[in-house]
Amino acid sequence: MFLAHLTPVESSIFSLLAVVSLLLAFVMLGSHWLENYVYAFAVESWLIAILSAAVGYFGHYPELYEIAILTALFRGLVLPYLLMHIVRRLNVKREIHAVIQRASGLVIGSLLVIFAFVLATHVSRDVAAAGNIAILALTVMLSMKLIGFFMLAARDEAVSQILALLVLENGIFLGSQILIPGMPILIEIVLLFDLLIVVACFVVLVRYLVVHAGTTSSRQLKRLVG
Amino acid sequence: MAETLLVVLFLAPAFAAGVSRLLHRARVAEYATVIASFASLGASIALLFALRHGPIQYWRGYIIGDDLGAWVMLCVTLVYALSSIHAVGYMRLLQEEERLPQFYALFSGFALTMLAACVMNNVGVYWIAIELTTLISTFLVGFEREAESTEAAWKYIIVVSAGISLALLGTVLYYWGGTFVLGPTYKMTWSALQTAAPHVASPLLLLSFLLVLVGYGTKAGLVPMHTWLPDAHSESPAPVSAMLSGALLNTAMLGIVRFLGIMNATAIRSLSHAAVIGFGILSFVISVLFISRQTGVKRLMAYSSVEHIGVQALGFGFGGVLGTAGALYHMLNHSLNKSLMFFGAGNAMRRYETKEMGGIRQVLTAFPVTGCLWLAGAVAIAGAPPFALFLSEFTILRAGLAGRYRWVVFVFAVFLIVVFVSFLSHFRRMYFGRPAEGEVKRQPYGVWRAVPMWLAFVPLLILGLWWPEGLWHEFSKIAIQLGMSLR
Repeated sequence: MFLAHLTPVESSIFSLLAVVSLLLAFVMLGSHWLENYVYAFAVESWLIAILSAAVGYFGHYPELYEIAILTALFRGLVLPYLLMHIVRRLNVKREIHAVIQRASGLVIGSLLVIFAFVLATHVSRDVAAAGNIAILALTVMLSMKLIGFFMLAARDEAVSQILALLVLENGIFLGSQILIPGMPILIEIVLLFDLLIVVACFVVLVRYLVVHAGTTSSRQLKRLVG
Repeated sequence: MAETLLVVLFLAPAFAAGVSRLLHRARVAEYATVIASFASLGASIALLFALRHGPIQYWRGYIIGDDLGAWVMLCVTLVYALSSIHAVGYMRLLQEEERLPQFYALFSGFALTMLAACVMNNVGVYWIAIELTTLISTFLVGFEREAESTEAAWKYIIVVSAGISLALLGTVLYYWGGTFVLGPTYKMTWSALQTAAPHVASPLLLLSFLLVLVGYGTKAGLVPMHTWLPDAHSESPAPVSAMLSGALLNTAMLGIVRFLGIMNATAIRSLSHAAVIGFGILSFVISVLFISRQTGVKRLMAYSSVEHIGVQALGFGFGGVLGTAGALYHMLNHSLNKSLMFFGAGNAMRRYETKEMGGIRQVLTAFPVTGCLWLAGAVAIAGAPPFALFLSEFTILRAGLAGRYRWVVFVFAVFLIVVFVSFLSHFRRMYFGRPAEGEVKRQPYGVWRAVPMWLAFVPLLILGLWWPEGLWHEFSKIAIQLGMSLR
């Protein structure tokens, strides 16, 4: 097992990258400016790419280098570029209606991280080979998931919702690099392309929304109820 | 033999999609789609026979042909064939002649992704196939480009992608659990997970299962993850609604059932069955409450889909040969019946030019023959004999009484009465209520929109009177393969 024989240096590199990615999710929670979300997402993706490369180097999984390059290229450059394009085109700079204030959002985010930590320790209690790094990876994975869902619920703008979805997937990417670096490469490559298609879809849909519903805020989507 | 059938099954819709897209002729696209859909229907029926001697694998184990997958493919191709006939008549009414080829290309592409999901042996690739069905059907849901359908498409893609990402997390955790048994790198097939699962620690396994249940449950429309479903099903064109309801929900249910099969060999078997039963009864009760207060005709059908997915979940949750057979039979019957209901609803919507049931009156005067079919369909979907849904629901009730969850069966039975009363009271008003103004004139609709209703109705009646012996063997075989019969 790769996780079982990590040197302290290796595990601290992995932990650092995972924790900083989690902090970037908090940057998204603490800001209402759409541009900040996109930058935070781009940096987060770069960190995940570096993590892939690091896991590939220390764990001798050469195919992870390709994944690192693809992650950096698609999630670090193409997706943020497309999203920035949408943000500029739509002429919305920030979330206008705050369902939950930024400060309370941060507090809720940290509560979610604590919940994720409790869940991660509980789940890996009976797993013999799981060390601290596995618990950390699980915690980060679950908390990015929870924070992503929280953002989906608390934000109205279409772009924020797309970003929240991407944060959901980033969490899985990050966790799976550490937990299962041997996962067949096919899946991860297709995942990257899949995301690209998703964003293409979203670009079209956001355009539809502007033309037909007149707004990109989900607050106005009230025609279909009951 | 089976290999050729699989090739036909996949080439036919791919060919129809290609022809529709490239030739860009509306009439050509219509006929190509109808022919392709019947070719794949024929292939899927033959495949059930060809797989008699057990499951087979192709393409380095990425493709699997097994009885469960073949059964779901039969349901999918059946709805694909019926709705492609209905689409010919229905889509011509929308005055979108220019965009029709694009519609048919998407329509066949949608069928293709659903069929692909049924034969995927790799758990991750199955996830990708399900995600692809979402991507393609989003454009079908938003096809009419009105504010409502755009809103529905947006909700659909956001809610379902978010939900399905939970299933991906669950899949990753399953793989991680498997690495402690099978080593750091292995092929993530259903059978590999089945081998590994009994040796994985229970808390991890339970978390993984709940995540995939909620994830694929979102796609299958289980309450409380169903919020996208009434919008998407009511705002898309009628043939697409039938495909979403009769075919897509089954392919997502397939994932849940396969994972339940994996859990059957583990220590937390009864806990995972209880979780499925919980979601099933919740979906049933909540959707029945929404049915009783519904005003939109297609939203009524959409909530009825949630109800029947709940019934299927109950059947698989109760388990045993009886529960599994009932749920699988219910899958086919629901596909037939819901296609009939959506075709009728689409026809009525076009005739009266309203989505509200309040505007639809004196249906029998407007359509004497197909009106009768639609009414008989409503009686059938409410679970009354002599139609097929009665048989399958009754089998599921019997399975429930044999197990530990008797109280669920009583709740189920009470709400079956509620759904019968409320569904038929909506239909009574539509058929015999006084119109608000003027006379309702007779207006026959073309053969394209009447034939699929007959084609759905006749088997529904036959299957209600006679449960073929061969199907019973097929279902028990699937139940044994899934390990459902273990106690």
